[in-house]
Amino acid sequence: MRRVAITGIGTISALGRNTAEFAEALRAGRSGIGPIESTDVSQVRFQNGAEVKDYSHQPYFDDRRADFMDRFAQFAVIAAREAVEDAAVAWTPELRETAAIITGSCVGGQSTEDIGFQEVYKLRHNRVHPLTIPKTMANAGASHMSMEFGITGPSFTISTACSSSGHAIGQAYWMVRSGVTDLAITGGSEAPFSYGILKAWEAMRVVSPETCRPFSRDRRGMILGEGAAMLVLEPLDAAQARGARIHAEIVGFGMSSDACHITQPSVEGAVRAMRAALRDSGLAPEAFGYINAHGTATPANDPTETAGIRCVFGDHARRLAVSSTKSMHGHTLGAAAALECAATALALRDGILPPTANFSEPDPECDLDVIPNVARLAQVEYAMSNSFAFGGLNAVLVLRKA
Amino acid sequence: MSDDLVKRVLKVIATSKRVPPETVTIDSEFQQLGIDSMDAVEILFALENEFDITIPDEEVRTVRNVRQMCQGVEKLVAAKSAETKAGQ
Repeated sequence: MRRVAITGIGTISALGRNTAEFAEALRAGRSGIGPIESTDVSQVRFQNGAEVKDYSHQPYFDDRRADFMDRFAQFAVIAAREAVEDAAVAWTPELRETAAIITGSCVGGQSTEDIGFQEVYKLRHNRVHPLTIPKTMANAGASHMSMEFGITGPSFTISTACSSSGHAIGQAYWMVRSGVTDLAITGGSEAPFSYGILKAWEAMRVVSPETCRPFSRDRRGMILGEGAAMLVLEPLDAAQARGARIHAEIVGFGMSSDACHITQPSVEGAVRAMRAALRDSGLAPEAFGYINAHGTATPANDPTETAGIRCVFGDHARRLAVSSTKSMHGHTLGAAAALECAATALALRDGILPPTANFSEPDPECDLDVIPNVARLAQVEYAMSNSFAFGGLNAVLVLRKA
Repeated sequence: MSDDLVKRVLKVIATSKRVPPETVTIDSEFQQLGIDSMDAVEILFALENEFDITIPDEEVRTVRNVRQMCQGVEKLVAAKSAETKAGQ
């Protein structure tokens, strides 16, 4: 089996238009959460979100190309461009033919669909825009990436709610590790800010009326976010041979299903996913120094995740730093695991563990070292990134400092 | 609390949870009825439709049984009718 390096990282999120801005905000513990501007939320019970502020397609796509792309697909391509440029991929015809693209998205282009449905249901128009279907499909991000780079190898999209891009990166990691492909572009993208989607989230009563405070006693729920993160994965030896910059290695991936409840999280499911990732990496719990938690800040997730971490790591949990960067980039659903995997890679690379922002008060039910509010300088060799989705489908990635 | 209001709340709970109406009483605890957080969210949605009220998240956090739920609905219905009268 081959070792797998992350040689490129690209991000666009509420924390900035590129990875340098993303890293800077994480270091500063600066939250990108603010009043939602892209959608009228006067009739919605929550007012805040983590948007890509003042986004316009114009610096990225000409108008005609943008016509074919929902915002989520635009984010996917923007992040992928940065990742590919960062990796300085040396394209050859053979590489384009075998490279893989694996993306995650939860709602895909449902914002476009929402507009189409308003046309027929609300405005009583008798027709919907003909690009509604190709803009809505969840694989549109992967498809536009394949066209952007002329990649003709295997490309597909995984949709497992909030774990989507965790499952995507895990598959890409395994494909590079096993020799199925020599290069994968993988991650996730999401753009859920449209009225119908926001009303559906409102009805679930899991969104905070103020901000996102993971592991804090006064937490009141999640904050929705948008954006994308893409990684370039290559075999480590090949990356070293061509003198590529290696941000971090991926060294393990684990999955599980709760088989329990469609929304309530389960300690056992989380534990089985983390243990599967440990087994895949061959590491002992004591090897780890940092966990980028799922940490949604819902009343149910954070104590469940805390119990799961305590169960897997035992006594070592006391020495683990654990933070939720959702406090800064929001919960970007199908892009969440990818942004968090990127944040974890940067933490290992730079020796700076990102904090849990907006933290105000310890909760005895979440008694972990959650790096409250201020980033921490620490050289960590191994880190874990957790994703536990609605539907009980869990994905855990293990990263190693390069 | 009016009998009519209680009856309507009990019916909403039984219909949402799809249990025989006689299994839900004013003295039932949610735990006894097997009502989990997602069931509760569905019941709140149905109650909002039944009584044409908006139930804020803060109002529901401590509600653990049917009696508390009826009391909460009564309060919101009263507030709504006071608002309607004030507007007239």
